[in-house]
Amino acid sequence: MNTAAKTAAGSPSRAAAAGRLVLRRLGFAVPVLVIVAFGVFLLAAASPFDPIHQYYGVQIFDASAQDVAAVRARLGLDDPVLVQFWNWFSGVLSGDLGISRSMRQPVAQVVAERLPWTILLATTGLVVAVLIAVVLGTAAAWRQGGWIDRFVTAIGYALEGVPPFVLALLSIAVFSLGLGWLPVAGLTDAGSAISIGQVLEHLALPALVLGVSQSPWLVLHLRQSLLSSLSEDHVVGARARGLGEGIVVLRHALPTALLPFVNLIGTRIPELVTGAVLVEEVFSWPGVAAAVVTAATAVDYPLLAILALVATAAVLLGSLLADVAAILLDPRVAADG
Amino acid sequence: MINRRTLMTTSLATLTLLGAGCSAPGRTGGEDPGSMLLADGYEPDSLNPLLGYARTGAAKFYDGLMAFDGNGTLLPALAAEPPRSTPDAKSWTVRLRRDVTFHDGTPFDADDVVATYRAAIDPAYASTISSDYAMLAGVTAIDAHTVRFDLNMSYAPWPAKMVLGIVPGEKLADPAPLTDSELNTQPVGTGPYRLVEWRQGEQMIWEGNPDHWGGAPDIDTITVVFATDDNTRAQRVKAGEFDGTVLPPLLSERLGVDGYRTVHHRTADHRSITLPSRHPITGDPAIRTALNHAANREGMIRGLLGGHGKPAHTPIPESMGHYHEPTARFDFDPERARRILDEAGWRPASDGIRHRDGRRARFTLMYFADDSLRKQLARAFASDAANVGVEVHLAGVDRTAAAERIGTDAIVLGDGNPLDPDLQMYSTLHSSAIGTGTYNNPARYRNAEVDAALDGGRQAIDEAERARFYKRAQQAYVADPGLVYLAFTDHSYVMRTDVWSGYEPVVEPHTHGTTWGPWWNVEDWTPKR
Repeated sequence: MNTAAKTAAGSPSRAAAAGRLVLRRLGFAVPVLVIVAFGVFLLAAASPFDPIHQYYGVQIFDASAQDVAAVRARLGLDDPVLVQFWNWFSGVLSGDLGISRSMRQPVAQVVAERLPWTILLATTGLVVAVLIAVVLGTAAAWRQGGWIDRFVTAIGYALEGVPPFVLALLSIAVFSLGLGWLPVAGLTDAGSAISIGQVLEHLALPALVLGVSQSPWLVLHLRQSLLSSLSEDHVVGARARGLGEGIVVLRHALPTALLPFVNLIGTRIPELVTGAVLVEEVFSWPGVAAAVVTAATAVDYPLLAILALVATAAVLLGSLLADVAAILLDPRVAADG
Repeated sequence: MINRRTLMTTSLATLTLLGAGCSAPGRTGGEDPGSMLLADGYEPDSLNPLLGYARTGAAKFYDGLMAFDGNGTLLPALAAEPPRSTPDAKSWTVRLRRDVTFHDGTPFDADDVVATYRAAIDPAYASTISSDYAMLAGVTAIDAHTVRFDLNMSYAPWPAKMVLGIVPGEKLADPAPLTDSELNTQPVGTGPYRLVEWRQGEQMIWEGNPDHWGGAPDIDTITVVFATDDNTRAQRVKAGEFDGTVLPPLLSERLGVDGYRTVHHRTADHRSITLPSRHPITGDPAIRTALNHAANREGMIRGLLGGHGKPAHTPIPESMGHYHEPTARFDFDPERARRILDEAGWRPASDGIRHRDGRRARFTLMYFADDSLRKQLARAFASDAANVGVEVHLAGVDRTAAAERIGTDAIVLGDGNPLDPDLQMYSTLHSSAIGTGTYNNPARYRNAEVDAALDGGRQAIDEAERARFYKRAQQAYVADPGLVYLAFTDHSYVMRTDVWSGYEPVVEPHTHGTTWGPWWNVEDWTPKR
């Protein structure tokens, strides 16, 4: 931790505590990631799929048993799972992510081509969800029991039970097929090159669906914590001093309510990852989702493991960022350990 | 033209303050005769010929030494003239074109041919087409523009194997598995088109090769959009977005209006039911012949394929011309089927299912659960069989499970290659293929007369003599059937009519994608305007 950061953070001891938290969490993350990767190998080995069918495709119908056996041996498909894991793991340690058999490309290339699109979709979805939550949650709590509150709460509970892909199909039916406002699927129109306008147009619907599908938890939670902070002493005091409603809610109540909200966002990251996979599949978004499915049915260990690690890392990072934010924002929060 | 979509985009773009990102109007098909927009329901895993890309020719990015002319004849492509063989058809010499370069500018010569064919048979490369070239013993460059193929047997149909796309030798310098070969995603060939961009899961853009030895294609840009859902593709064609696509017969039929036409191509792509020889029921000759007479092939084609298919009795379709034996057929005659079973001692029990020696006439028929046509055919076949007193138990399976049970349970198969009758018959019916691979003669069919005729067809070089052998094989097969061939399925397409000329119908193999179909010779198409 350098001095500039100390000054910026205001309180050197809290910044240092946060720094220690980050280091400790990163330390924990390493064994967690290794265990996750190993688990993925074990699960894939236990799956009923025979990777040779994916590798050969329709050529399997003409392939001789002898040739298939030779290819199996050459690709190491029958090596024990521990050997496969070790080959992969030692490769990763030396910076080689391995080769994706199912995508016929180096894993690094698959991830480099697809991950940015998933990150774009997931972050836009998260921003949409947070915006919806802050606006609707505040509006609902402000006039508890009013028609906005009743409407938002009812819709929120209903949406919690709707899986993202149902929402996605519905929105395609309404906005693409019915109203014709937005394209059905893909990254660009057929035959068009990638341009900002094209991508935005195609991003709008999937990001909206992802955001809306993640928002109910955030909305309802923010409403709840805003309600309790509205009854706290400092808010009652502000009201007693005769401050305007707007200032009381937005400047006094909301900041205290936002703290647990930030934490909640962190814990919602796993849901966001799963939601993104489903939404990508429905909208033919060229992210990692399609690769996950292909890799799983092809028992493509290196790709499967890396994708699982990316998801795990996103979850760990999400909760870490939320905790760090909480420490820096609220002096009452103690850094763990 | 400003529509609501563009408006929406513009406001979105402004909202997000990304400024200049106004959308270009989406391109629709048919506007520019120099470019074509196709939709495909199938996306290849790899663009490497050695991993099975376009193994039946029409590879677009690649040329073979020979190419199919669409009507059963092979013409020289990268070969300067038809290959010459020794009288025993064991050694084939071919002279190569001298005026050919690869897309990356390197010249094409004998070393590239040698490297490509060696990689196909060298286990070090883990090529998935090695079994297709099991007869190849060695390939040698005699000089820079002449190559000799030495086979380990007499093999007259060898020229049909020479459609394999040739890749640059230097891309195969390292004898490692082809799993991450550059050619899988960035093909380099000599073909009429080169790949500009492949956004996997989305689309592929081809660009005409101006230096192609056959002349630069008039249609300079071809975009292939991947959309797996049949109904989605149909809707987008209806909206005028695409210049053509592949569709199931019934769906395509409805779209052949307003500047589009529907074409149904004949194929050698059969659907058939294996009857395992070692199974006590399906191994019985009376049951085998009876089932062949019980199957209502015309009914299945009418009901399940909308009439777009041809009945199959043997693996050789009528479209293979002089190799087809018209008398080798089974009439649809349930009465006759019942009589055959009665005479063989299969007596119906109270529930209508026949028994003999205390054994019930019942067997299991597997189909790939994800293939709806095979499932429907299996159902139709089961009901036809029940009609004559044979119970067929259906089982939807995945490929791994099917491979384990294929020797003992019946299965719905589908395959076909019109390039040569040997490719269509040998590996499914010759007894020497038994046990050499999961799908090689999976029913363990064995008939000395069929074996002899198929061997004769491999050894004879004269076309008329070969035709006689294959006709004899078909006759011997129907006297002692080992499968129930049901139908050759037509492949159906929708294509725009008013922009280009050059379309020629073609007899197709069992293949996916837009490499075949009406666009098999798209490099020769010309704009009408």
